Amino acid sequence: MSELNAPRAEIVAEPIILLDDVSVHYRIPSERIGSIKEYAIRVLQRKVKYRKFSALNKVSLTVNRGEVFGIIGNNGAGKSTMLKVISKVLRPNQGCVRVWGKIAPLLELGAGFHPELSGRENIFLNGALLGYGKHEMESVFDEIVEFSELGNFIEAPIRTYSSGMSARLGFAVATAHIPEILILDEILSVGDEAFQKKSRDRLQNFQKQGATVIMVSHGLDSMIAMCDRLVWLDHGSVRMIGEPVEVVAAYRGENL
Amino acid sequence: MANIAKPVYDSANRASPALAELREIKNYRYLLGQLIRRDILTRYKRSFLGVAWTMLNPLGTMLILSIVFSNLFNAVQPYPVYILSGLIVWNFFSQSTNAAISGLVWGGGMLTRIYIPPTIFGVSAIGTALVNLLLSIVPLILVMLVTGAVIPWTIVFLPVSILIVTGFALGFGLIISSLAVFFPDVSEMYQIVLTAWMYLTPIIYPETIIPENWLAFYRLNPMYWMVKMFRLPIFDGRIPTWAELWPALVWSVLTLVIGWLFFTSKTDEYAYRV
Repeated sequence: MSELNAPRAEIVAEPIILLDDVSVHYRIPSERIGSIKEYAIRVLQRKVKYRKFSALNKVSLTVNRGEVFGIIGNNGAGKSTMLKVISKVLRPNQGCVRVWGKIAPLLELGAGFHPELSGRENIFLNGALLGYGKHEMESVFDEIVEFSELGNFIEAPIRTYSSGMSARLGFAVATAHIPEILILDEILSVGDEAFQKKSRDRLQNFQKQGATVIMVSHGLDSMIAMCDRLVWLDHGSVRMIGEPVEVVAAYRGENL
Repeated sequence: MANIAKPVYDSANRASPALAELREIKNYRYLLGQLIRRDILTRYKRSFLGVAWTMLNPLGTMLILSIVFSNLFNAVQPYPVYILSGLIVWNFFSQSTNAAISGLVWGGGMLTRIYIPPTIFGVSAIGTALVNLLLSIVPLILVMLVTGAVIPWTIVFLPVSILIVTGFALGFGLIISSLAVFFPDVSEMYQIVLTAWMYLTPIIYPETIIPENWLAFYRLNPMYWMVKMFRLPIFDGRIPTWAELWPALVWSVLTLVIGWLFFTSKTDEYAYRV
């Protein structure tokens, strides 16, 4: 790897995520089958019927290292499915996904917290769920406490926290390490305005440090402001990839 | 694409899922510890006696069973030690398999959002149950001292018994939890099966009351061998013979291998089941 002395333009052109002809189908049973007995009977009668729902349909695209890449589209267009395919949660039914870096998923804030455990214990539990090890968590612990502004509450069980407090803690844990690839799904609205600014600053700092960011949001103006490139997804297919201003204009032209 | 470096993640690279999962469990060993810690700490978090309940629970059950059945089975002496030595293994098995089910149901919500190796819930269920098993050996020894039983040297065989029953419980837990994800009825049905299974295993009654012509039938029950292998070094004061040991060993290895292969063959599907 000659990243250190390579000119900047070359770094930008290095792909970090590659989607090649990716399709994801959900099989939705057309009737509810709740018991084994029912299922066994149906299988014997060959009557298990599924409706195939394509969440992503032959999507091919590349995200380059250091880019802030946005995904827009209507509800049900496949935005979240695309994030899941990239972050290894869903394996595509067709095509392939290649990722050249470690992904830090932003867990829905506070998911995985245990209400009876203290803030301190939950920091380690949540960090472990995100795939970090003991030493990785110990090295950022003080910083997490400071960023989440919890003070003495850190020793109290999470059930005593307000929803804002646990969301702040969740954000602080998920962004404690500078990731190679950060995945953001509609979570830029955590806490009060001061905290929102703080979290936006942190994400911008990640970008400056060279992190690649993949984000999904319905706030089109903030997407134009933050992203280098946008993809517009429509019913699971790519409609357009390119300059944020142009993609948003085309999207608005059709949807407003 | 000019990127020659090996990707960190490649969805097309489908090495054996069973082996890949083993590697992931190693990577996520810190999460494993955290999940076990969480389950042990939170179970009794609000209770005054806390983890002591892990020891008091089998003691209480043993006490009730002793009072109810000691006249009936007074040939077995000391009866409390007999019950407790069987009950501890049984509790280990039923707790760990139930925890594997509830762990995967809870984890299912996580699996649709972030990547976690799905076997981690079954493995952490075993870890928690192992800690409880070790803790419940303390009251067993207390009861042995109180009832005047000699603590035999053969008790050093227990780690081997524990290892064998752990393999069986892990394999079985993986199978049953995987089925429970696809068919919610399984976890309800399993409670009934467990009750019947317990009475079909000589835990509260001595083996000698089993009619001769049913004995062959009893020996098909893997838990019969697990309980026997655990109880012999404690209650009878002798190491199991090879003939008493190999059925347990075969059940353990087979169940573990089949359970692991079965569960990991479905790893891609758990996230699709919302």
